Amino acid sequence: MAEEKEKKEKAKVPRQKMPEQEAKVRAKNFNEVPFGYTPELAQLEAGRCIQCKKPKCIEGCPVEIDIPAFVKLILDGDFIGAARKLKERNSLPAVCGRVCPQEDQCEKVCIVGKKEEPVAIGRLERFAADWEREKGDILIPEKAPATGKKVAVVGSGPAGLTVAGDLILKGHEVTIFEALHKTGGVLIYGIPEFRLPKDIVQAEVNYLERLGVKVECNCVIGRIDTVDELLQEYDAVFLGLGAGLPQFLNVPGENFCGIYSANEYLTRSNLMKAYLFPQYDTPIALGKNVAVFGAGNVAMDSARTALRLGADTVRIIYRRSRDEMPARIEEIHHAEEEGVQFYLLTAPIRFLGDDNGWVTGVECLRMELGEPDESGRRRPVPIKGSEFQLECDMAVVAIGAGPNPLLPTTTPGLELNKRGYIVADLETGKTQKSGVWAGGDIVTGSATVILAMGAGRKAANSIHAYLMNR
Amino acid sequence: MHKITYKREMAENTVCHFKVDAPRIARKAKPGQFVVLKANETGERIPLTMGGTDPSSGTIDLIFQVVGKSTALMRTLNVGDAFQDIIGPLGKPTHVENLGTVVCVGGGTGVAVMYPITKAYKEAGNHVIAIIGSRNKDLLILEEEMKAASHDLRVTTDDGSYGHHGFVTDVLKKILDEQKEVKLVVGIGPVPMMKFLCKLTKEYGVKTMVSLNPIMVDATGMCGACRVTVGGKTMFCCVDGPEFDGHQVDYDELVKRQRAYLKEEKDSMDRFKEIGR
Repeated sequence: MAEEKEKKEKAKVPRQKMPEQEAKVRAKNFNEVPFGYTPELAQLEAGRCIQCKKPKCIEGCPVEIDIPAFVKLILDGDFIGAARKLKERNSLPAVCGRVCPQEDQCEKVCIVGKKEEPVAIGRLERFAADWEREKGDILIPEKAPATGKKVAVVGSGPAGLTVAGDLILKGHEVTIFEALHKTGGVLIYGIPEFRLPKDIVQAEVNYLERLGVKVECNCVIGRIDTVDELLQEYDAVFLGLGAGLPQFLNVPGENFCGIYSANEYLTRSNLMKAYLFPQYDTPIALGKNVAVFGAGNVAMDSARTALRLGADTVRIIYRRSRDEMPARIEEIHHAEEEGVQFYLLTAPIRFLGDDNGWVTGVECLRMELGEPDESGRRRPVPIKGSEFQLECDMAVVAIGAGPNPLLPTTTPGLELNKRGYIVADLETGKTQKSGVWAGGDIVTGSATVILAMGAGRKAANSIHAYLMNR
Repeated sequence: MHKITYKREMAENTVCHFKVDAPRIARKAKPGQFVVLKANETGERIPLTMGGTDPSSGTIDLIFQVVGKSTALMRTLNVGDAFQDIIGPLGKPTHVENLGTVVCVGGGTGVAVMYPITKAYKEAGNHVIAIIGSRNKDLLILEEEMKAASHDLRVTTDDGSYGHHGFVTDVLKKILDEQKEVKLVVGIGPVPMMKFLCKLTKEYGVKTMVSLNPIMVDATGMCGACRVTVGGKTMFCCVDGPEFDGHQVDYDELVKRQRAYLKEEKDSMDRFKEIGR
């Protein structure tokens, strides 16, 4: 009974908020929005965990982190121990603590969450990982004896980094090939500094390099070497290419200057650091009146970047309603707080431009929700005669990404599905091509960092089994 | 890091020729392909079609005109200095086959891009007529090389200071009038040159390929900065090109998109002149 009482007491402590930059201030800078927990806040929050005998949260995590164990270590004040517990299952905890959709995963099934708000597992993960990194107390685990097997990992995003980290520990030689000049994939080019500071990603890659992973940037596989050429030198190849093909609206006027794909806009700002122009040489349009199409996390990132680059008005234009917006609630909330406006049930039909070919506006149609479509969401239906025009001097199209065909089309024997994604066994990552595995967005289509890492983990296990049986 | 092993200033010091250490690219690159260069940590990624490769010494030829901050900065580099990043080979190689008579037309620094392509058409057994042009004699580049790469070289200058007084299109028109057997024209140079060249060859019904140079960022098909309208469809120049059927290209849109950052480019150049980096 005493134990029961204690559990109830714990649950009375409310879910602890992370201190964060005030909306008005942060909308003008690129610094990270939340400051993270202090040790006191972290321990207070960790104390809310009731240490379930049959925890649901572990099942809710794509890489099955022992969540109650790491939370308990935080409660006990062993923050480094907590970080190491995380790293047993997750090689990128500082990243996942920031960008995982915990509300749909571990926190969704948290038992505390049935009556109160769930334990803030993501914030605790972030706290422990940051503590370890900032203290510089990084444990380099012991590697298995060298197997003499060589693995090529194509792409240095979350899937590729996970495969590399897992296989290097199992004693294989691992080389990562990255097409861009910096490693991290979407973590570097896609997610903005204010949501995921780039030195955190760099620290994770440095850690892999200290483990012995070789990294070759500026290697566009499919051009400098084909997968078949890699297979002559490596015993196995993992393809973690990401979903790197921007989708456009396919409406008239879309090639006016000032209309970006989200990939271009974010790559300019994040990878090329155009937000620091002219200290950095890459320019970016500084729209005063910005339209962003789409309502996922990438759209929110684009809208919030535009604000930080000095826009007076930023509108998210989305053809469905608020309930269907795919972005994380936290991201929508942050965007709204910062002043992003939402034009819901609105679809663009054409862009307007001036004589210099620069965008000046967009003509839209009002929509209403009809019958559910194949995705189960109510289909937006245009309202006849509802055309209206919105002014804009810059626009970002953030309606999703597809598979970049560059590598798949130069790799005979690789099976692709109708949409051009690589067909791979979802349990093992194995493709139809011998010696080749794939995982992450290039298999599933745009998903999350943690799902790509989960796919990387499964592929690494399968590759390891394959290599040891050869 | 990619060391510069050779440097030559050309054309009134507005054009610069580097040989740069990039053995893997030198081994793989084919005529018509390009690289992306990033000079240093703060540099931008700029695409440049290779002017040639030397697999034995492991170098690639980069010939560029100083047009903005990045190229001005590149020109300050010397033998022994290095580019931080070079990515390539990118884009589709030129589709070279034996067609009969081919006319290769290069304008300005487009001649540098034209040179390996001209060589390739000659090696494939074509009768190659080359036309190169520039504003004046001093800006003309690679005359000797183009002479060797073709069977018949014609030279034009806008001001008449050397060769034919006029435009490359004047000379091309004459050739098309005289020789009915021209199977293909390849035109590489400033956008207005390519536009008028294609207008001409369309009248004659001669297939024409052009190599486009829009603004790019990643140059691997990821961002769409380089989108060009070809035959009414949006293409990504970096992966679908850089060479396209010249009769199908929307040149007016291309020019406007190339000029999207004129103000920023000027600010950047002014700053470079002031602080020297």
